[in-house]
Amino acid sequence: MEKNNKYTLENRRFIIGGAVILMIFVFIVRLFFLQVVDNDYKAWADSNAFLKKTIYPSRGMIYDRNGKLLVYNQPTYDVMMIMREVQPFDTLDFCNILGINKELFDKRIEEIKNRRLNPGYSSYVPQLFMHQLSAQEYGILQEKLYKFPGFYIQSRTIREYEYPYAAHVLGDIGKVNKKDMEEDSYYSQEDYTGRSGVERSYEKILRGEKGTEILLRDAHGRIKGRYDEGAYDVTPESGKNISLSIDIELQAYGEYLMQNKKGSIVMIEPQTGEILCMVSAPSYDPRLLVGRQRGSNHIELEKDPHNPLLDRSVMGRYPPGSTFKPAQGLIFLQENVITPQTLYSCSYGYTYNSRGGKPKPACHGHASPLGLIPALATSCNSYFCWGLHEMLDNRHRYQTIQEGFEVWKNHIVSMGYGYKLGVDLPGENRGFIPNSAFYDKWNRGRWNSSTIISTAIGQGEITATPVQMCNLAATIANRGYFITPHVVREIEDMALDTLYTNKKYPTIDPKYYKDVAEGMLAAVQYGTCWAAAIPGIQVCGKTGTAENPHGKDHSAFMGFAPYENPKVAIVVYVENGGWGANYGVPIGKLMMEKYLTGTLSENSKYTEYTMVNSSTLRNVF
Amino acid sequence: MWKTVDWFTILLYVIMIVAGWFSICGASYDFDNTALFDPSGRPGSQLIWMGTAFILIFVILMLESGFYDIFAYFIYGSIIILLIATIFLAPDIKGSRSWLVLGPIRIQPAEFAKFATALAMAKLMNGYGFKLNTIKNFCLALLLIVLPMICILLQKETGSALVYLAFFLVLYREGMSGYILLAGLCAVLYFVTGVKYADEMAGITPLGELIVSCLVLLISVGLLAILRRDKQAISTLAIGIASVFIGAYFVSFFVPVNFALVAMGLVGGMSLYLIFLSFKRWVGAYALIAVFALTSLLFLFSVDYVMDNVLEPHQQIRIRVALGLEDDPSGAGYNVNQSKIAIGSGGFSGKGFLNGTQTKLKYVPEQDTDFIFCTVGEEQGFLGASAVLLLFGLFIIRLIMLAERQGNTFSRVYGYSVASIFFFHMVINIGMVIGLTPVIGIPLPFFSYGGSSLWGFTILLFIFLRLDASRKER
Repeated sequence: MEKNNKYTLENRRFIIGGAVILMIFVFIVRLFFLQVVDNDYKAWADSNAFLKKTIYPSRGMIYDRNGKLLVYNQPTYDVMMIMREVQPFDTLDFCNILGINKELFDKRIEEIKNRRLNPGYSSYVPQLFMHQLSAQEYGILQEKLYKFPGFYIQSRTIREYEYPYAAHVLGDIGKVNKKDMEEDSYYSQEDYTGRSGVERSYEKILRGEKGTEILLRDAHGRIKGRYDEGAYDVTPESGKNISLSIDIELQAYGEYLMQNKKGSIVMIEPQTGEILCMVSAPSYDPRLLVGRQRGSNHIELEKDPHNPLLDRSVMGRYPPGSTFKPAQGLIFLQENVITPQTLYSCSYGYTYNSRGGKPKPACHGHASPLGLIPALATSCNSYFCWGLHEMLDNRHRYQTIQEGFEVWKNHIVSMGYGYKLGVDLPGENRGFIPNSAFYDKWNRGRWNSSTIISTAIGQGEITATPVQMCNLAATIANRGYFITPHVVREIEDMALDTLYTNKKYPTIDPKYYKDVAEGMLAAVQYGTCWAAAIPGIQVCGKTGTAENPHGKDHSAFMGFAPYENPKVAIVVYVENGGWGANYGVPIGKLMMEKYLTGTLSENSKYTEYTMVNSSTLRNVF
Repeated sequence: MWKTVDWFTILLYVIMIVAGWFSICGASYDFDNTALFDPSGRPGSQLIWMGTAFILIFVILMLESGFYDIFAYFIYGSIIILLIATIFLAPDIKGSRSWLVLGPIRIQPAEFAKFATALAMAKLMNGYGFKLNTIKNFCLALLLIVLPMICILLQKETGSALVYLAFFLVLYREGMSGYILLAGLCAVLYFVTGVKYADEMAGITPLGELIVSCLVLLISVGLLAILRRDKQAISTLAIGIASVFIGAYFVSFFVPVNFALVAMGLVGGMSLYLIFLSFKRWVGAYALIAVFALTSLLFLFSVDYVMDNVLEPHQQIRIRVALGLEDDPSGAGYNVNQSKIAIGSGGFSGKGFLNGTQTKLKYVPEQDTDFIFCTVGEEQGFLGASAVLLLFGLFIIRLIMLAERQGNTFSRVYGYSVASIFFFHMVINIGMVIGLTPVIGIPLPFFSYGGSSLWGFTILLFIFLRLDASRKER
């Protein structure tokens, strides 16, 4: 028994040894699953240790057509705080420097610590206390910073403007919202994006490419250095610079003339489609939408009854009025409704359906009957009404009025009306050119030229944006083609979109433009636009006086100069300015004179004085 | 003596402390300090500890082997006094009073109590005519184990106290009934499972009770298979248990069924059947298994009762957290989670020496002491971690082999004590780091940073090697 017992006890070493081997085996299997099979732990480890820090590229700068710097970047200073390092300090002194009160200070601290509002909060990591200090505040704070342990200043860049002009063209940038982030995965919280103007339409070119820096973060959230000496970092790529076709001096002059008025000036270089100036009045200083006051200033601008945020040049829908007549003339010539020699009568208006009563639309007194050129020169309403009547109501020409109207509509659309032109600015309006279905619906299929006779003179349902009107002037100046108007002339290391380099030909034979251009020349030489004449330059023009339901007529002028090899096409549209000759013509003349000659004659200086010192803002009933 | 000492074990020892030192470098490597040999840093001071350990080894090996036999009780007694003194003298460091501060040096007497206890145990069992199966002797052995445990528990070092459970393995080798070991294992198993699933319900079934009852059924049938090889009884029980569960499962479609009650009922039924068999065939083993099953159930009820009625809620939480059961992201749960992340991110071949991001960035707490194995896992990957495990396996098996070749009880008991203590440390420490055992803060021998533990383990090991070297003389 004794011996047997000893023997069995010795055997127990195998049980003990077996247990050791079993445990080692179990542990190795466990390790195999942890380390080789399961990949989740690697991802967790990465999210533990790596902090991907974005490095922002500098945004592209914006120049004018003459190489003048318009928009650039400027350092601004954010106050950061690391909660853990903050020690008791003189709160009052601190608040005074930043121009805030104690309540706001306490509120900010609460907001920072609130993990619901600030999900990434860590007391070890710098938190934004206040953004965009002015240089002055920065100077004072920097000097006293040693008194406020835990506070730091971090610089970043914001937009700075050389001139207080061209706010609508330049646009502004603002923090991205949820929608921006959903639409473009490039963006993340706290990023900025173009909100309007070229800042928005050229956002992808201006913004550049963000870089990343992979930092190592320890268990307390402290940054311990760069991962692998920055081997996996991505360097940011600066945004590209762009040059506008805008001449900032001309733009400034336009805004100067348009003070206390509502409306727009658009000037285009006809051969290139480059927009030389694009005034939308009232305007605002682009600097208002930068920095700490951006939010409150934006609200102020939104509240302004004159709506300065609206870019009237591309967003304003206006009846083109008589500036539409050259387009009508071109269609009539193309469709053989008239020849330049065709005469129509006018006795103080269009008498076709007045049945002996007052002619409608009415016209002012001038020689009658008259041909196309004098009709354009005197802006005869009835000439174009007769023309439209002849085109739409003559059943030998088209079998139905619908067919005739579609022909008309297609011509007018080919000249850039009724659809977005494709200007490189956001929010362009398409204006409105009805089709026959529209009138069928309105008039239950029974209608004739008399139903839509206001269309003949650019009134009625028709609306257009100033840039569309100016595009017509450019097309006539080019005698038959246009290039889609655009405000960006050059992009650093990149070609322009072919949309802005290819010629577009409307459906009008170029041979017909000569007569219309002559009519516009005549309008300046002896017609309604005589005041647009500039000594030594053959100016062509067309006035417009557009009735509208908001008050006094809108005053418009459309023109180009010189007659041969035109250098500039222009549209001036002044809301509630009265006759075309009241504001449209003089402002148009001043703009062209300034651009073409560089100076103003004595006479023009007087005109300038009257324009600058007049207001149309009250002409709204 | 130099010829007879076991150089293979010494080689393993050297490999382990060198690997340990590199792990400590990895764990304490920071971006700021790159000087690994700076004595003020941890790798540097560990080097000093390692150097002094070699002096200790020399001293230990130079002493006569008889010295340890003669002074065993004296050493044990002195250490117990030191342990008791420590309770009162030690300053409070993170809630524990186990460190004696002597100027610049801090030592933890508990680390030295292990070899003392092992010596005393060896001396006791080496006594003339000593037999473990008398109550008196067994109680004496138990006393030797429990005395230091209590002292260390009073120092609030629960982990170090639990290490003394390793001596039961020695007792088992020296003749303690295997059933005691089994019962102890079962008790731990029941307790941990019961507490872990205490508040979890599936329908109206308390999961903890169901699982424990099923474990009882499983172990009982297993015992039956090992002890009696009674195929008829086993198949009767297996079919009976399975059919009752299937029946209850179908019934549960119509009426909610408490499967835990069903399982407990089955334990009762099985016990009755076993007692019946015991009387029928007149074999005691059946009755013993029945007693085991019923005692198990009783234990389960008492754990439940104590947890629910005797302990305050905060005490319950403390127990659960101590067992690593409470998912406390900032407490024990956090450590284990981060340690699994660190090890898991190491992959097959690891991130390379000093390249572990998790350990370098201090995501794992205690990463150079209790959680040192994380650094191995992260920087050396599956290959390195497995190698360390195999190294430990080889080391412990070698110790068992050495113990078995001893001609006298003293050396054998001491050898088994050494092997058991290393085994226990390895299982608990690595098990904790890879999330298999509860979080119990004990060091990984030769790897964890710390002079006391390195010295403690070195003394423990080399006394045995000294005894082994002169096994022929005695």
